[in-house]
Amino acid sequence: MTAIEFENISKQYRLGLVSTRTLSHDLNRWWKMNILGKEDPYLKIGEVNDRAHKGTSEYVWALKDINFKVEQGDVIGIIGKNGAGKSTLLKILSKVTTPTTGTIRAKGRIASLLEVGTGFHPEMTGRENIFMNGAIMGMTKAEINAKLDEIIEFAGVERYIDTPVKRYSSGMTVRLGFSIAAHLEPEILVVDEVLAVGDAEFQKKAIGKMQDVSKGDGRTVLFVSHNMGAVRNLCNKAVVLVDGSVAFEGETEQGISFYLNNKLESYNQISAAELVAKSRVKGYGMDVAFQSVGFEQDSDSFYTNDEIVLVCKFKGNRKTENIRINGTIFNNEEQAIGGWFGSDLFDINENEEKTIRIRLKNHKLTIGGYLVSLSVGKGNFAEGMLDYDVVHQVAKFNIVGFDSKELIGYSVWNSRWGNVLFDVDYRSI
Amino acid sequence: MEYTTVIKPKNRLFEVDFKEIWQYRDLFSMFVKKDIITQYKQTILGPAWYFIQPALTTIMYMVVFGGIAKISTDGLPQPLFYLAGIVCWQYFSDCLNKTASTFTTNQHIFGKVYFPRMIVPLSTVTSNLVRMGIQFLLFIGVYVYYLLSGVNVAPNAYILLLPLLVLMLAGLSLGFGVIISSLTTKYRDLTILFTFIVQLWMYATPVIYPLSTMSPDKQWIMAINPVTSILETFKYGMMGVGTFSWGMLAYSFVFMVVLMGIGIVVFNKVQRSFMDTV
Repeated sequence: MTAIEFENISKQYRLGLVSTRTLSHDLNRWWKMNILGKEDPYLKIGEVNDRAHKGTSEYVWALKDINFKVEQGDVIGIIGKNGAGKSTLLKILSKVTTPTTGTIRAKGRIASLLEVGTGFHPEMTGRENIFMNGAIMGMTKAEINAKLDEIIEFAGVERYIDTPVKRYSSGMTVRLGFSIAAHLEPEILVVDEVLAVGDAEFQKKAIGKMQDVSKGDGRTVLFVSHNMGAVRNLCNKAVVLVDGSVAFEGETEQGISFYLNNKLESYNQISAAELVAKSRVKGYGMDVAFQSVGFEQDSDSFYTNDEIVLVCKFKGNRKTENIRINGTIFNNEEQAIGGWFGSDLFDINENEEKTIRIRLKNHKLTIGGYLVSLSVGKGNFAEGMLDYDVVHQVAKFNIVGFDSKELIGYSVWNSRWGNVLFDVDYRSI
Repeated sequence: MEYTTVIKPKNRLFEVDFKEIWQYRDLFSMFVKKDIITQYKQTILGPAWYFIQPALTTIMYMVVFGGIAKISTDGLPQPLFYLAGIVCWQYFSDCLNKTASTFTTNQHIFGKVYFPRMIVPLSTVTSNLVRMGIQFLLFIGVYVYYLLSGVNVAPNAYILLLPLLVLMLAGLSLGFGVIISSLTTKYRDLTILFTFIVQLWMYATPVIYPLSTMSPDKQWIMAINPVTSILETFKYGMMGVGTFSWGMLAYSFVFMVVLMGIGIVVFNKVQRSFMDTV
């Protein structure tokens, strides 16, 4: 049975500042629609929402013609890069904003967990906030009263329940917020990134609760997350959004691999300099700045036994001495799997450009996609550290096999076995 | 099972879901409670501020308008006259100021969850009622004091209009407030003007002077302001001085009803899309 139906959902936003020329656009729109009886003149224009490229139109489609159905009891993972339209979709679903075109039909009460703890008043106690927050989400007082003990127990905040929420740690606030929402018993639960906060124990509890909700009571859950592990654990279906459109709809595993491949592909489409600028962590790149990061080999595909040679160019904007390059490697689920600390120190002069080769020897990485983050900085753990530039996930590479000569062996590596092939030696003793 | 929730781009202009507001009545009472209990948290004097504020304002008016400017108080003792004006005007302007910023002050909540937005201004108007009630008690105290000491304050049958007067103040401030808040989501210009307007408005309302200081043929100009007749009726009913006419009161009432109608329609239209423009 269909629980939610998305039909031609689109959402248009206007970029830039709302104010200058807003009035003239409003008047134009009003004139065309209400006096001349034409269609909205700004609905026809607009571009696909690709944040990396500068577009020509002021109007973008954050979502464009979204069509899909969710069956009752499904736990559906909505995945996509930042800015792909996930949050917009959930906002429309939770009625925070309206779609520009299209209709959503749903059966039953929709409750959203768009950042839990919404509407908590810092001056009110935990107990008062439970009632307040529950009421905001559409519960009646009687419903909340019936579940009060359960909510407090699940959140694990008995001791603080009559203390103002402003004295709570952020973890406690989130736990309380999640606990309220989880006890709402809506037919449709919308969850956005709650698991990013809270400790591991609570995350486990939260995931368990969501599974109970869907399996036990046949309720529908829409789950948005960047955490592929959580999506894999929780969801039985996945929808991948790319630039505001549904690019994939189907099984979770296939959806996740579709998303990851899609994400890696985007690295090939822009130049190295652009990539550096895009992956630079805000506020870095002043005294010393990366200019490009690439591989010495032309390809970005390697074997486990290959040496991977990174070539990074950077420029000194000020004379800086004794700097080194550190790095971290992530697997394609964005979990850090290892890194290095540069031990070779070097100097750079003002306006000097330098190219450094970094050789990753004996890395033993197994089949899969990987991402590299780099930082250039000074100091060590003992004396304190200072980073001049940090570029997050600036390069990606694939390990396609174990050895160019050895075609058999581990050619089918399951990602559940991990990312590193240990060099072992065993004999009977 | 039927589809119970349908999300569409636009509502028709007059599609106001009153049933939904009723369903959220518990939220309404929570908001009222929140407003009341959080207002003076972490203050030493706590709710005593409800008394101190109007008392200080009254003293200030006595010094400035009564003492220095020597504006008439219709033969009433100054504290009584000013307090009557302050209690009514304070309620009106508090409601107005607060409901006028409904969207901008609540955007962090409105951006996360849906509930009928009208709940917020409605609860503001209601919670301020408690404050007004407490201040009214102060007024009654002063009133009884003068009554006992033999000052000629003569309450009459028009005192029965009191609930209606409060309702009209609430309705007017709510109507104006939601219209202003709807208009200011996109264009903030009005917010800057607005604080100014409210200040000026007080002087266009017989708070610090009685309507009778104007010549009778010019009083109608003052009565264009719908708040005028409410204040005058209040003073007339409580203390037997002031200008009362059924015509003026009826005008204010009709004004309020029309204003509320416009306010609800405008607010309803804006609430659905304001997150994109705020």
